[in-house]
Amino acid sequence: MSTMVIKNGSVFDPLNGIDGEVMDVFIKDGEVVGELSGSDLKRAEVIEARGKTVMPGGVDSHAHVAGAKVNAGRLMRPEDHIGSVRPRTEITHSGSGYTVPSVYKQGYDYSAMGYTTVFEAAMPPLEARHTHEEMRSTPMLDMGAYLVLGNNWFLMRYLHEGEIDKAAAYVAWMMKTHKAYGIKCVNPAGVENWGWGKNVHSLDQPNIHFEVTAREVIRGLAEVNERLGMPISLHLHANNLGHPGNWEITRDSLAVPGDVGPDQKMGVEWAETKLDPHRAQSVYLAHAQFNAFGGTSWRDFESGAEGLAKYVNKVDHVVIDNGSVPFGPATCMTGDGPSIHDLYVLAGIGGQKWSNTDVELECGSGVIPFTYLKANPISAIQWAIGLEMLLLVDDPWKTIMTTDHPNGGVFTQYPQVIAWLMSRRARDKTAAECHKWGYDRSSLGGVEREMSLFEIAILTRANAARTIGMAYQKGHLGAGADGDVTVYDIDPEKFDPNEVEKIVRAFGRAEYTIKDGKVVARQGEVVAVPEARRYYCEPQVDEGLTEDMLADVKGWFKYYTIGFENYPVPDKYLRNPEPIVINGPQGGR
Amino acid sequence: MVLIQKVKLSPKGEIGIMVEAESISPDSFAGKSESDLCEIAVWQGPREAKLAEFFEIESWDEETTDDGDGTAEILIDGDVSRVKRIGQRMTKGRIEILGSAGMHLGSEMAGGEIRVKGNAGPWAGMNMRGGRLEVGGDVGDHAGSAYRGSWRGMSGGKILIRGNARSQLGGGMAGGEIVVEGSVENFCGIRQNGGLILVGKDAVRGVGAEMTGGTIAVLGKIQNFTPGFVQAGSERDPALGDRTLEGKFSKFLGDYAISKNPKGVLYVQEAVI
Repeated sequence: MSTMVIKNGSVFDPLNGIDGEVMDVFIKDGEVVGELSGSDLKRAEVIEARGKTVMPGGVDSHAHVAGAKVNAGRLMRPEDHIGSVRPRTEITHSGSGYTVPSVYKQGYDYSAMGYTTVFEAAMPPLEARHTHEEMRSTPMLDMGAYLVLGNNWFLMRYLHEGEIDKAAAYVAWMMKTHKAYGIKCVNPAGVENWGWGKNVHSLDQPNIHFEVTAREVIRGLAEVNERLGMPISLHLHANNLGHPGNWEITRDSLAVPGDVGPDQKMGVEWAETKLDPHRAQSVYLAHAQFNAFGGTSWRDFESGAEGLAKYVNKVDHVVIDNGSVPFGPATCMTGDGPSIHDLYVLAGIGGQKWSNTDVELECGSGVIPFTYLKANPISAIQWAIGLEMLLLVDDPWKTIMTTDHPNGGVFTQYPQVIAWLMSRRARDKTAAECHKWGYDRSSLGGVEREMSLFEIAILTRANAARTIGMAYQKGHLGAGADGDVTVYDIDPEKFDPNEVEKIVRAFGRAEYTIKDGKVVARQGEVVAVPEARRYYCEPQVDEGLTEDMLADVKGWFKYYTIGFENYPVPDKYLRNPEPIVINGPQGGR
Repeated sequence: MVLIQKVKLSPKGEIGIMVEAESISPDSFAGKSESDLCEIAVWQGPREAKLAEFFEIESWDEETTDDGDGTAEILIDGDVSRVKRIGQRMTKGRIEILGSAGMHLGSEMAGGEIRVKGNAGPWAGMNMRGGRLEVGGDVGDHAGSAYRGSWRGMSGGKILIRGNARSQLGGGMAGGEIVVEGSVENFCGIRQNGGLILVGKDAVRGVGAEMTGGTIAVLGKIQNFTPGFVQAGSERDPALGDRTLEGKFSKFLGDYAISKNPKGVLYVQEAVI
């Protein structure tokens, strides 16, 4: 099998406490190893990385990259594809699309930036087949998908009745049935109301028919999550998303599982790390930017990031990703159907195209094209909030950098976001081009902080991996980790954070993207198309409990448009599946 | 006196599968020798071919008093209705076609001039930003309109159609001017938000549907009037830009189906209503 040495690079490996140390990274048979034997060294492929930055392969813990709503975005937007075309090469497919690229282009574009692992942020159970079909066709990336469960009829009933054991059995069965990785909770209790043209606007407002509150759903799912011992904590898309003043309900939502301790019970082998690779959080807030709005209306709209960041600083059970707004075209897509309708009403002067879907007994979804303009006061504030949410939270181990692709922006804009995080001058320059509300109605203008390469490595790989429970083999370069390594053309010795174009270029086109010990992209060009893994969880629960739960499920299955036998995703939908046994006999930390 | 490069393309015969030739443009021809021009790549289906496979090519320099933009002038002396994308994205120079042209003629053009003696296929002048496109005969659907799915179309330049246009003329138009001397079919000016469309004869239906800005004037009869328009008085000899329409016109605002305060203006000749 193959061996590789990445020689003399400046290594940034936060989970192992390595901050720019010049050293070699060794890979054997696709895994990072502490050293290589003499004979292995002799035949090893050598990557000379002197004067370059070496990081673990990038991990995106929240992006909309596969499934029905992504495809609805593609179908809805031929104009998104005409100007963004990628020709085929000897080893790659052609592809097109800017905000919603085709699966092939998506995989290649991520790889060009040094990312090797991407998780789909919202998979409705009924759309699991479609999601897996798209993931199966996505090259270059290891992937998994979070299952949307915050408005699920069976769970709302169980949680309202306090049947936490049955709820856990149901979630366990659903993970196995749909080959899903984690629990996603979108606008808890509210999307169900949207089926009646309504929403919920407080944590304690019971919804229609189920009489369950957002508080009960958040609390219940967090408990279920830790009772099962899932790799990722509850992943929350909070209520009132996109509404002025929503930062308060966001803070209160995060407080709900405050006393639920994190407890991963994964039957996996943990690669070596200096820091604890287990997640520390019991709730992971998605795209904080969209839920850190201040003011009471669009007239007195302002950033609410300071208040939310203050809360995150104070507690230890929360991780956020920010959902940056780097300006330009976006396609908003979410399981939060009503929020898309609100956006349509807001931006819909002139009859914008949009779509909305009710996913039977499970959830909903909406898609709308949207353009963030620097001249627009709201967009300018959203840009500021996105950066504030990362810069005002002191501990980088509580933050992850995303654009909530393609909601706030496109994943190919990550390098620009990195430049803003690293350079105050870059932020000032953009603020000067923006509507003045950007700085006037946020605290961003007073933020001096400039992130280091070490912190960027935390926000784009180490913490993303740890937060979602992948740090057992991703997000670091300890012995036993996957041989996923990125070499960027950045010399930390000569690094100047104010050279924005240089930063954007370097992070946009990795010098080398190495996956499982093989160079897969060189200076942004795909040179090999590796096999990629599809992760999902197999939580183990009491069989008797499962039988009781299934009797309930079958009782209501008549409300579905499909038969019970056709509900599960068959194995053939996954190439290279990597089931993770949870809560099994060998499990535990 | 300036030297100008003249290129004559003479079609060699019938073309089977349509040829995609965005490279037929003054921008890409400028400064190329005759032999270089012969080598220019075009696509026929999945096959890359050379321009010389479909055209006899002559090139020479000529002195001219026309101070123009002084680059290349292309004369196509025959029918190229099976050649697509001629003049696509051109920014300068001139193309004259003695026959008819295929789809996407002058689409996304930003400058220069195209004149076609015959007809042009669908999508002529799509997303046009500047320059001038004149068609002696008829055009197909989507002339001067936005690309499929887009709501931001033509933003500048002028299109003159001596014959008739079909459906979705000037869709999503934000600026510039389209004049059709003949008739149009359905949804002329759909989602228009700026610019001017003048129709010399009749329209079928959906004129100005989902319009929020800009102006449309129809001199002939509209078969089915768009319901979201409200009459806002009448005007004699209204002035539209640097042109004056003769006669008494009813003025409508719309499309109220899409906006509470639409700025789209539709003029219809009262004598015809």
